[in-house]
Amino acid sequence: MNALQLHVEGIGLWSPRLGDFAALRALLAGDSPSAPAAPAAALLPANERRRAPESVRLAVEVAGQALAMSGRDPTTLACVFASAHGDQAITDAICSTLARAPAELSPTRFHHSVHNAPAGYWTIATGCRAPSSAVCAGARTFGAALLEAATQALAERRPVLLACYDIAGHGPLLEMTACTHAFGCALLLAPEAGATTLATLRLQTSTNHAASTPLPATLVAEAQGNPAGVALELLAPLAGNGGRCRLAIAPALDLLVDVERIA
Amino acid sequence: MKTPMTPLAIGACTVSSALGCGLAAQHDALRHGRGGLRPNDFGSAPRLGWIGRVDGVEAVALPAGLAAWDCRNNRLAWLGLQQDGFLDRVHAARARYGAHRVALLLGTSTASIGATEEAYRRLDADGRFPVDLRRPALHAPDSLTAFAAAALGLEGPCLTISTACSSSAKVFASAARLLALGLADAAVVGGVDSLCDNVLFGFNALELIAPAGCRPFDADRDGISIGEAAGFALLERLDAAPDAPRLLGYGEASDAWHMSSPHPDGHGAELALDAALARAGLDATRVDYVNLHGTASRQNDAMEAALVGRRFPAHARASSTKGYTGHTLGAAGIVEATIALQAIEHGFVPGNLGAATPDPACGPQFAWEGESRQVDVALSNSFGFGGNNACLIFGRAA
Repeated sequence: MNALQLHVEGIGLWSPRLGDFAALRALLAGDSPSAPAAPAAALLPANERRRAPESVRLAVEVAGQALAMSGRDPTTLACVFASAHGDQAITDAICSTLARAPAELSPTRFHHSVHNAPAGYWTIATGCRAPSSAVCAGARTFGAALLEAATQALAERRPVLLACYDIAGHGPLLEMTACTHAFGCALLLAPEAGATTLATLRLQTSTNHAASTPLPATLVAEAQGNPAGVALELLAPLAGNGGRCRLAIAPALDLLVDVERIA
Repeated sequence: MKTPMTPLAIGACTVSSALGCGLAAQHDALRHGRGGLRPNDFGSAPRLGWIGRVDGVEAVALPAGLAAWDCRNNRLAWLGLQQDGFLDRVHAARARYGAHRVALLLGTSTASIGATEEAYRRLDADGRFPVDLRRPALHAPDSLTAFAAAALGLEGPCLTISTACSSSAKVFASAARLLALGLADAAVVGGVDSLCDNVLFGFNALELIAPAGCRPFDADRDGISIGEAAGFALLERLDAAPDAPRLLGYGEASDAWHMSSPHPDGHGAELALDAALARAGLDATRVDYVNLHGTASRQNDAMEAALVGRRFPAHARASSTKGYTGHTLGAAGIVEATIALQAIEHGFVPGNLGAATPDPACGPQFAWEGESRQVDVALSNSFGFGGNNACLIFGRAA
């Protein structure tokens, strides 16, 4: 099978340590970027931002960063939102209410609980009528979602915005999800190279165990404690000088990604 | 503009819902106008509305090797996989193509959250999950697909789509892209959602649950009835199953309007319809049957009746089958895909059960009663919260 070739036009990133992609580059260059403020999610109208759940603010923040870097028009931009656990704070709150007094379940909390709440908020805030999706694949969520976004971009010859994020776990559920901190990232992927291309990705599926470029030591802890953190395997070569990474997309299948920096 | 897609064969499919287990039970119920809804006898008090419950889920035993996955949603999935020889068809595909060349894409809205709800009801003295439910893989939204991958022995690309009530329609689109790019040779698609307190009390909080069985497109409709279901289909290239019915087109679009209400003018729904027609290379006059989303909510049905009226000719037929099955949420896309496929196979358009007084906004396209007629092209609409729209078009083998 020939490699699938895609072009990165925008990159978003937020964690309690790194507020955007520039902070990652600075960290890898040996600087110590200052800790960021909470995700601003500036694309949401102020009233929406106040009531939006934490997962929505994180997803919109990283998606907004990638969009701004690309200069694309969001109204016609397809998007894929990926999260291994959805909004764990809302799941915790809903299950607590259902156990105690189910008839008191809040209607707002219920419609915020759908896995596609960030996709819904994003498309409403940006006026996007293009296809939007919400996906998950456990620990393999980032790799599987990258493949989903890549196949949309290549099969339909259109740019696709991918956002992958998980917030920290809450309540008794935390012991099951083991999500200790928030992490979110976004990539704007295009099928054709252009003036805004930052890097080119070549993707192929693999059942063997070819080597990948090791993660820089300074990112090893950052990549743990959140399923979306595996995205650093790809973000590191994007921030550095390229390389190869391996992302699991199924229990016995990986995606090999060769990263070539352009800008 | 979208160019037509290469059609795919539906090599096999199956469905289990309140109408019974397997395709024959579904067709028999639709043919005889026999609905599957009943007063709610599930979960915690108070009893909310009517439900479409699958009989026998509680008695399903997973094989010993899959016991760690045990929960209502996966029991329903396993029950569904046993019907219509579907497991054998997947095993044959796995043997033919290789396990890593068969993709698995399933839709679900709430997966096994019923097990998480139970854990919160039975927290131990330290506030931890009870020991028997300390199974992390069960308390994640990909639990259905991870279970099915293990149960089917599939090793290809694997993904859960969770866009509320369009989930198991969108899996057809993702599978078609994987096959078009040569990333898989076949795909198992489908979806499972099961009854749980979250959706019963959640839709109740939104004041969207009808006090009795739902009445899609009735002038006095008063809300939805929640159902549960499992359905699956095997997608292959045409040369593998040249006589099988086909997926001709898919369309996806967003409303950009509201989190829990459809756009009143149906903009997103119509964009999805246009995209599906373009991929099928058809215009709307060629559509013989439209299986509507038709939830029996005031807003959805008003929007969709207007869409049918302005886009389909009077000789087309349209109906909602939610009066039979209830709204099976993330499984609705696959359930109604199998109904569209059966309309083609049996030459029978199911009637729009539950509308005693049809909404005058509905045009001549509405099939208020079941009707025998040839169906060569059948379309299915699925719309979800967040303004997430999908449309699938199926056709007879050429």
